[in-house]
Amino acid sequence: MTRHVASVKTYILVFAALIALTVTTVAVSKLELGEYNFICAMTIAVIKGTLVVLFFMHVKGSSSMTKLFVAAGLFWMVILVVFVLSDYVSRGWLPGGSWWSSAGVLGGH
Amino acid sequence: MTNAETVPAAHSHLVRHHFDDSAQQLESSTLGMWVFLLTEMMFFGGMFGGYTVYRNMYPDAFASTSRYMNLTIGAINTAVLITSSLTMVLAVRSAQLGRKRALIAFLVLTLLLGCVFLSLKYVEYHEKWVDHHVPGPSFHYADARYAHQAQILFFLYFAMTGMHALHMIVGAGLLTTLIVMAARNRFTAEWYTPVDMIGLYWHFVDIVWIFLFPLLYLIGHTS
Repeated sequence: MTRHVASVKTYILVFAALIALTVTTVAVSKLELGEYNFICAMTIAVIKGTLVVLFFMHVKGSSSMTKLFVAAGLFWMVILVVFVLSDYVSRGWLPGGSWWSSAGVLGGH
Repeated sequence: MTNAETVPAAHSHLVRHHFDDSAQQLESSTLGMWVFLLTEMMFFGGMFGGYTVYRNMYPDAFASTSRYMNLTIGAINTAVLITSSLTMVLAVRSAQLGRKRALIAFLVLTLLLGCVFLSLKYVEYHEKWVDHHVPGPSFHYADARYAHQAQILFFLYFAMTGMHALHMIVGAGLLTTLIVMAARNRFTAEWYTPVDMIGLYWHFVDIVWIFLFPLLYLIGHTS
C-alpha cells in the first residue's frame, strides 16, 4: 500500500473540532436569530461534513480522480435540491415567510 | 496491462492479475466505493429534497411538530456517531500499520458505539409510539389545525431517521464481518481494503446524520 499514514493527532484534532461544532450548533439554535438560525445550522453542518470527507474519508490525500467523483456527486446533489426548489418557489407554491422569500427577492406568493 | 519487466517485481498474490500494482488496485476499489456512496447520496438527497419542500410548504405545522423532537437524545447521538467515526478511522490506521489487536479493539468499539446510537434511537421511537406520533391509523396530534400536515412531517421524520438507522444496522453487520475477518488474520499492512471501504461507508452514514440532526432537531423550535 502506498497511502500515507496520518498521525493520531490529526484525527484527534478533527474529532475535537467536530464535537466543538456540535456544541456550537446546539447553542446557536437556542438563540432567536430568525432566518439566520437556519443559515448558521446548515453552515456548521457543511463544515462538519467537509471535515469528515477530507480527513476521515481521506479525500484530502486521494487522487484527483476520486476528488472529481466526490465533487460531481455534490454538484448533482445541488442540482436535485436547487432545481426542485426553484420550481416550487417560481410557481408560488410555497407560502411566504420562508427564509428565501421573506426578503421579497423571489416573492413568496 | 501485463508488462514483462514490471510484473514479477510488482505482483504479489494480493494483487489481482488485471491490476498493475497494489496502488492501482486500491485506487479502483476506492473509486468504486465512492460511486456507490454517490448513489447513496442521491437516495438520501431525494428525501432531503422532499423534506425541504414540505418544511417550506407547512412552516407553521413544522414549527409546531419540532417541539416534540427529543433534542437531548439527538445531540447525544450526534456525539456518539462522531466518536464512532473517530474509532473507525483509528481502526483503518491500525490496519495500515498491521496492528491486529488494535484493529480488532477499534472495530469492536465502533460497533458498540453504533449499538448505543441504535438503542437511543429505539428509546426515541418508543416515545413517539406512546405519544401516537407514528403516522397511520393511530396517529393523533394535539393541535387539531395541523393534524394532517403534522402527519406528513412525522412521516418524513420516520422515513429519514428510519433509513439512516437501517444503514446503521447494515453497518453493524459489516463491522461484525470485519471483526471476524481480522480475528482470522485476513488483513495485513499490505492488504486491508475491506476495512478501508467499510470505513468510507461508516463515515458516509455519519455525514447523513450530521445533516439530519440540525434539520430535524435544531431548526424550527425558535421560529
